Amino acid sequence: METNTDFEVRSLDTACINESSLQHKWYHQIKYLIVGILFGIVFVKSEVISWFRIQEMFRLQSFHMYGIIGSAVVVAAISVWFIKLFKVKTIYGEPIVFHAKQFNKGQVFGGLLFGLGWAVTGACPGPLFAQIGIGATVVVITLFSAIAGTWVYGLVRNKLPH
Amino acid sequence: MEALGHTLINLFSNTFLHLFNQKLEHTMMRFVEWLQQPWPWYIAGPLIGLTVPLLLILGNKSFGISASLRHICAACIPANIPFFKYDWKKESWNLFFVLGIFLGGVIAVTYLHQNTPIQLHQKLVDELAVYGITDFSGLIPNQLFSWPQLFTLKGFLMMVVGGFLVGFGTRYAGGCTSGHAITGLANLQLPSLIATCCFMVGGFIMANLILPFILML
Repeated sequence: METNTDFEVRSLDTACINESSLQHKWYHQIKYLIVGILFGIVFVKSEVISWFRIQEMFRLQSFHMYGIIGSAVVVAAISVWFIKLFKVKTIYGEPIVFHAKQFNKGQVFGGLLFGLGWAVTGACPGPLFAQIGIGATVVVITLFSAIAGTWVYGLVRNKLPH
Repeated sequence: MEALGHTLINLFSNTFLHLFNQKLEHTMMRFVEWLQQPWPWYIAGPLIGLTVPLLLILGNKSFGISASLRHICAACIPANIPFFKYDWKKESWNLFFVLGIFLGGVIAVTYLHQNTPIQLHQKLVDELAVYGITDFSGLIPNQLFSWPQLFTLKGFLMMVVGGFLVGFGTRYAGGCTSGHAITGLANLQLPSLIATCCFMVGGFIMANLILPFILML
């Protein structure tokens, strides 16, 4: 299979910059499954996945979501600073790499479109998976639709302003 | 005399052990009860923030969720589109991660669920009542998000069109709340700050100016 190695294309995606060059057996991925499970539990118990909480946030009726996102950013920023300062390595001994993001108009247009979708569905991509987990099976349709949206973006990407 | 001493020691230690067990049981029950309640922001936020260094240390992975949607496209329906021609298997950790989020939802609702309605700001309760939304028993309003609702215009707009905007918008923006608002801001990236501001502007416009008309349908 032909692989797109253009860094510009990859850098449009946060998770598509995976600089680990190590090859692992599939079961090494289990650790990400476990992190995901813990993360999903936090999502549900803090009511981040609630449509109602998202409505409160966009009506400035509650501090809850701002507190969560704000404190998450602060903790993550301190951790990143700490990793850079002490040149912390991965558990496999690889140096941890950070990449600067390039500005493009997509962050504005795409950002606005995602914002519209976020407020109406009451979910960003992560909570979609957790909402299905708590038994809101119809959210499968929202997820499929989000996958379709991603696919259509890939299809028309060259015609869009970036 | 010695026998009496032994009995006393036994009696003492048994009582102590019993009390300790009771105390431990009590503490465990209190802990589970505490876990079942909604968690405050100052517990949940830092835990979410710690995901960033955890994924980096576990394998140089940059915390971001919306990319999983792209990997699903690349794996299932690449259709010869250059944007989906990459080695998605190298990114499969992201798919394990979102599968975990799903399972986390299952575990939370099965073992840590508390059957009390969500506590909301009175203004929101009053506003939603205008549109006939009065059921606050779940995290998601089942009067809006359900299979029968899907086949109404309102449901179609909220679930199908809304979902499309989430998928299209996040990829166009190059990330979502996790990739831009948390990972990007934590790494002090200006483009992520711009993206996050645009997410918020879009959300404010939808929730306050457009959604009322959709809910009226």
